Amino acid sequence: MNKSFKFEIDGIEIEAQRGQSIMQAADDAGVYIPRLCDVEGLEPQGSCRVCVVKQNGRTVSACTQPAIEGSKVENETEEILGYRRDLVRMLYHEGNHLCPICEASGRCELQAMGYRLGITQATKYPYLQPVRPVDASHPDIVLDTNRCILCGRCIRASRDLDGKHVFEYVGRGIHKRVGVNGNMLADTNVELNDRAIDLAVCPVGCIIQKGRGFFAAIGERQFDKKPITLGVGPGKGSGKP
Amino acid sequence: MDNYVISVCQRYANDRTRLMDILLDIQRDLKGIEPAVMEHIAGQLGITRVEVEGMVTFYAFFSSKIKGDVVIRVCSDIIDRFAGGREIAKIFSEELGIAVGETSADGRFSLEQTPFLGMSDQVPAAMINEVIVTHLTAEKVRLICSRLKAGVDSGDLVQNTGDGNNSHPLILSEVSNNIRHAGEVLLCQVPADAGLNSALQRRPQALLDELEESGLTGRGGAGFPTGRKWRVAASTSAEQRYVICNADEGEPGTFKDRVLLTERADLMVEGMTIAAYAMGSTAGIIYLRAEYSYLRAYLESVLQTRREQGLLGKNISVKQGFDFDIRIQMGAGAYICGEESALISSCEGLRGEPKNRPPFPVESGYLGFPTVVDNVETFCCVARIMDRGGAWFGSFGTGRSTGTKLFSVSGDCASPGVYELPFGITVRELLERVDAPDAAAVQVSGPSGEMINMSQFERRLCLEDLPTGGSVMVFSLHRNILEIVDYYLEFFVEESCGYCTPCRVGNVFLKKRIEKVRKGLCEMEDLDYLKELGKTIAMTSRCGLGRTSPNPVLSTIRNFPLVYAVLLKEHGDGLQASFDIQSALEESRRLAKRRSMIYDPNYDEA
Repeated sequence: MNKSFKFEIDGIEIEAQRGQSIMQAADDAGVYIPRLCDVEGLEPQGSCRVCVVKQNGRTVSACTQPAIEGSKVENETEEILGYRRDLVRMLYHEGNHLCPICEASGRCELQAMGYRLGITQATKYPYLQPVRPVDASHPDIVLDTNRCILCGRCIRASRDLDGKHVFEYVGRGIHKRVGVNGNMLADTNVELNDRAIDLAVCPVGCIIQKGRGFFAAIGERQFDKKPITLGVGPGKGSGKP
Repeated sequence: MDNYVISVCQRYANDRTRLMDILLDIQRDLKGIEPAVMEHIAGQLGITRVEVEGMVTFYAFFSSKIKGDVVIRVCSDIIDRFAGGREIAKIFSEELGIAVGETSADGRFSLEQTPFLGMSDQVPAAMINEVIVTHLTAEKVRLICSRLKAGVDSGDLVQNTGDGNNSHPLILSEVSNNIRHAGEVLLCQVPADAGLNSALQRRPQALLDELEESGLTGRGGAGFPTGRKWRVAASTSAEQRYVICNADEGEPGTFKDRVLLTERADLMVEGMTIAAYAMGSTAGIIYLRAEYSYLRAYLESVLQTRREQGLLGKNISVKQGFDFDIRIQMGAGAYICGEESALISSCEGLRGEPKNRPPFPVESGYLGFPTVVDNVETFCCVARIMDRGGAWFGSFGTGRSTGTKLFSVSGDCASPGVYELPFGITVRELLERVDAPDAAAVQVSGPSGEMINMSQFERRLCLEDLPTGGSVMVFSLHRNILEIVDYYLEFFVEESCGYCTPCRVGNVFLKKRIEKVRKGLCEMEDLDYLKELGKTIAMTSRCGLGRTSPNPVLSTIRNFPLVYAVLLKEHGDGLQASFDIQSALEESRRLAKRRSMIYDPNYDEA
C-alpha cells in the first residue's frame, strides 16, 4: 500500500507516497509552495488559498489536494504568482497591517510573503480598516484581531494539540473573525505555554505574548535575514521564530 | 432556564451533531440565544461556548440577541425590489415604528430583510415568523400590521389560501403554485408509488443501469450524472450510507422545488426510497430551508403516512430486510448550505461551510459515511424513470441533457411561474410562453449563472449551452443592469461563508468597484481591474459559490459592454475621477482642527 509514485511540479520530477498531499510531497522533495494557513503539525484546511497550484490544469489548494501519479503541477508560473499576489493583497487590505509599528515585523509570514511575491508598494485594492477592540484582558497574552488573517492555526492548535478549543471562528463572510471561549481572553483557560500561543502558530501579529515584545531587534529577525521559504518559516524543518 | 436548556438538549440525546435542531428549538422558544444560554448548551453537549457562538453567528435565522415575538423578514431580492419591495419594507417600518434590523422596545416585533424567500413569481413577499405573505401592497401591509398589533397570531394572517396543496390543512398558505405548463414527466398526473414498486422487483444493480441509461443529471444546477454518482456511493464498502434530499432552494429566482415539495412530496420521497434501495442505505435526510418552514408539518405528515402504509420504516413494501426512514433537517438561513458538502456540515451540527474535497461526499459524507445528496427534482425524476424506463426519459431533451426541466420564471413577464419543458428549448421560446415581449436581458441560473442579452435569445437551455438549475429571471429595457449586478454582489458578500480569502474579501472589493462605476467615477482601467479580480476569485475560491460569484460582473462586461462604456470616462487631467481632495482632507482637518492652507480656498476666513 505504501507505494511511491512520481509526478511533476514545474517540470521537476517529484516522488510522492500514496496519500500525500501535493504540499507534503513537495516539502519532502525540497520544493517550496508558498502557504499561510498551512503549518506542519496541524490538519490542513485550505482556506488562505495562497498555496493554490494548477494540477493537470485545474486550480487546487496544494495543502489539501492529494498528489496524483503522473500529474503535472504548476507552482511558480506567472499566472499562479498573479493569483497569489492578489490573495496576499486581499489579506493585507482586509486587516490593519501597519508593518512599521507591528511587533511581528520581521517574523511575520504575511509580510514575508508580500516581500517574496514582490509586493512592495501600495496596492490597487481599497482598505477595509476594521476597528475591533484589542483584547488585552489576559495577564500574558494580547489578541488584536485587526491583524488576523483568519488562518485558523490558533484554532486548530488549541483544539487538536492543547485539547482546549479556546478559539473558534464566529460570524460569517466578511464579518467572520476568530472568537474566544468567553467574553474575553481572560475568561478562558488559555495559558502562555499553550501550543496555540507559541510564536510559530500565529503567522502575523494577532496573538502577542506580553513582556516579550521586540525580543529580537527589528532587522535581526528571521525574515529580515532570509526570505520565507522551505525551512524558513512554517512547514518542514520549520525554524520559526 | 437551566432546566429548559437541559430538556431541549436531551430531546436530541445531548448529541452534538444535532446542534442545528437544538438551536432552532431554543431560538423559537426564547427568541434568541444569548451567551449565558450558549454556555448552558455547551456544558450540556460537552463542547465550548465559542463553538456554539460560531453556529449562532453563522446562520441568519439565529440571533445572539433576543428578537421580537413576531419576526418580519421582507425579501430583498432584486425581483422583489423591482416590484416595490423597498417601499414595502418602508411601510412595515413606519407601521411598526422600527427600522430594518431593529426590535421594538416592547419586544413584540423585529423587522429584518432576507435575501431570498423563493417567491419570485408572487412578489413582493415577506415571512412573518413562519408564515409567508405574498403580492404585498401598501394597503395589505398596513392591514397585516394593524392585525398583528391587535394581537392576531401570525398563523391567522392568511385569509385566502393558494391553489392545490397550499390549501391543505397542514399548510394553509397563501402561496400559489403558478404551474403554467405541466410537462410529461413531473407535473402531469403521476401514479402513486409505481416507480418504487417497479424498483423493488429488480436488483439494485439493475436500477443503477436504468438510471445511467436515462442520462439523468442533477437538477440543482451542477448537472452531474446521477447514475454515476450513485454507483460510486453503492460501490464503497461501508456499514451505512446516507441519502440526502437537498431542499435548500436558495438560488435567487428559483422556486420550482417549493412547488414540488407542495405537490409532489410523495414522488420525492419515493425517489429517495429508491435511492436507498439501490445503494443500500437505511437512513435519509430532507434538508429543508428555513424559508420553507411552512411546509414542514405537511412533509412530516407525508412521511408519517408512508410509515403507516409500510412505505418507510422496516421491511418496506414487505420486502424483507429493506429498512429505510427519513428525518427532516431544517436549515436556518444560509445560501451556502445549498452546496452539498456545506449542507452535510449543517446536518452534522456544524457551521455551514463546505468541506475539503477529496474525499467527496459519495465516499465520505454525513458523519463520515458515503452520502448521496440530490436535488428535490432529481429524486422526483428518479421515481418516474423507474416507472417508465430510462429510454422513455431519455427521449425528452437533448443528447447530454435528458428529460424535462422545471423552469422558475420571474421578473418582467406576464406569466411568471413554473414551466416544465424539455431541456434544449431556446430562451426565446421560453420568453414567448411567459409573455415577455419587452425582455432585454435574461439572468439564467440565478446570479451564479449568466446574464444574456437580446442577441443571445436563440441560445438553448441545456448543459451543452446554457446550463440552469431552473432560475430564469427576465429584465425589460427599463431595468438598470448595473443595479442588478450591484445587488447580486451584495448577495454574495452577504452569503459568502468567509472560509476562503478570495470569496470573503474579493467580493467586497468587486462590489466597491461596481459602486464606483455606477457613480460614474471609473475609467477604462477599472474594467481590467474588475476582470482580473473576478478571475482571481473564480480561479482560487474553494467551492462553487466563490467560483461563480464574480459571474454577475464578468457576464455583464461580456454581454452588456455598452452599459459599462457609457459610465466610464477618460480624464484629460490625468487625475482619477474617484479621488476627491476635499473629502480626503476632511479627517485631517477634523483632527488638526484647522483648514488646509493650500487646498481650502477660504483658508483666510477661518
